Amino acid sequence: MSVIEQKAGSPKRRLGDLVFANLTFGSGLLILVALAGVAIFLTIQGIPGFSAKAADLDGHANFIAYVWPLVFGTLLAAAIALLIALPLAMGVALSISHYAPRRLAVVIGYLVDLLAAVPSVVYGLWGISFLGPRLAPLYGWLGTHLSWIPLFKGPALNSGRTILTAAIVLAIMILPIITAISREIFMQTPRLNEEAALALGATRWEMIRLSVFPYAKSGIVSAAMLGLGRAMGETMAVAMVLSATGIVSFNLISATNPSTIAANIALKFSDSTGVQVNALIASGLVLFVITFIVNFAARAIVSRGDVRNK
Amino acid sequence: MAKSIDVSDLNIYYSDFLAVEGVTMTIPARSVTAFIGPSGCGKSTFLRSLNRMHEVIPGARVEGKVMVDGQSLYDANVDPVEVRREIGMVFQRPNPFPTMSIYENVLAGLRLNNKRLKKSEADSVVEKSLKGANLWNEVKDRLNKPGMGLSGGQQQRLCIARAIAVEPQVLLMDEPCSALDPISTSAIEDLIHELKEEYTIVIVTHNMQQAARVSEDTAFFNLAGAGKPGRLVEMNPTKKIFSVPDEEATEAYISGRFG
Repeated sequence: MSVIEQKAGSPKRRLGDLVFANLTFGSGLLILVALAGVAIFLTIQGIPGFSAKAADLDGHANFIAYVWPLVFGTLLAAAIALLIALPLAMGVALSISHYAPRRLAVVIGYLVDLLAAVPSVVYGLWGISFLGPRLAPLYGWLGTHLSWIPLFKGPALNSGRTILTAAIVLAIMILPIITAISREIFMQTPRLNEEAALALGATRWEMIRLSVFPYAKSGIVSAAMLGLGRAMGETMAVAMVLSATGIVSFNLISATNPSTIAANIALKFSDSTGVQVNALIASGLVLFVITFIVNFAARAIVSRGDVRNK
Repeated sequence: MAKSIDVSDLNIYYSDFLAVEGVTMTIPARSVTAFIGPSGCGKSTFLRSLNRMHEVIPGARVEGKVMVDGQSLYDANVDPVEVRREIGMVFQRPNPFPTMSIYENVLAGLRLNNKRLKKSEADSVVEKSLKGANLWNEVKDRLNKPGMGLSGGQQQRLCIARAIAVEPQVLLMDEPCSALDPISTSAIEDLIHELKEEYTIVIVTHNMQQAARVSEDTAFFNLAGAGKPGRLVEMNPTKKIFSVPDEEATEAYISGRFG
């Protein structure tokens, strides 16, 4: 009988394990440091902005009055973008995972991923010179016939550079990430669950409703929240497309549109001095906090609705 | 409501690959028919072709005829969705819908048929199906708990309850006990005995004692050789198969001697 010698309390540490463990731990720590760095910078530089005077706040009485329309615009544009992108992304993801023939599905998946590779400046240009002018007649029609709906009160903007156009551009920009995540989760639906539905005489759509969606629910929520986060932070495309006046309004097609925090910072930063810069950074901090809240909310929803961990 | 199945000269393909070749058999109504044979011999594939579940795999197709009480399953105007509503299936591993309660799991098939069920009707279907699956006494006090909270054997009986809730003509079982412990297995076998009063049952099993215990007829499948399609070697009353089978290959397999 052979005896394996082992000293109590001191298992052998191999060099490779040690190096790799510390390397991964270091990478994890780095994320934390980077995040903390950003948060500290925003807080320190932002604090003077919170108490800025009207002269440095585009004539708004205090910081709250200054940042509130921007927060509103950010949330409105992101919410509309999500509203448009989510159903579309579900459709694209399902067609890739369950409907399209395999070869076509690969091509569609590739094309959608390609959308993510387009720089946001290009989306901005496209929004200004292509999408906006082509949507303008539609806005005109909405403004004439559906003006009793507050969203389409008008008068419609001829250039089409409204918050609705910006939101549509945003929707296209967040489509790839929502699609990619949903697609992965749809494809992971256990065969067994799908067959359970099919064997009961479910059509393909009923099978998806019975098996795929319940399984993917938490994943869809996180995909949507990631998309929402991206839409809120997106800067260039919105700054270019939106003809913003910085008001609070649900009128989606008029010439006076709310701006967003990110776009506002991008447009104003180069012309700002002194406390004006602090005010912009403070608004950035507000965006940072909102994005954080959205992410935490998503986590909470996901962990509550996760059937796999029950 | 139980129906017999007549299969004649059935070939099953996955794209160009011939998986099962030339099966001809008659599966009697209100009786248990067992399929035995080594892994990969096509018995599960053949079972799935009886309710067109093999079509879930892209490229799968059949040649030949499957008649259920005179109606051909593979006629151009037959909808596979309708076929599966008539011919239920229970799988190797229990697969209740994970987000649904026990109650909703039993009703899932009926809800698919777009029937508007009154609460009282739904209650009675659930009770009848769960009693039919010998599960009622164990779960009647927790019908609204998730189906995934049950033990493996209970989950499998829940799946059987779900399958019989739609009152199918035929019940196909693909190794229903292979993931279960002996006690749960025995419970399912008892259940199969009771169910054959009302249903035509076809069961695939790797357990020869099980085939001997539960079935009236047994079909032995085997590969014609490595890389060749599976085929039906012999189908006979179970008693005969396990005592004096017609084919030497059957006897070799049953007694543990291969080849």
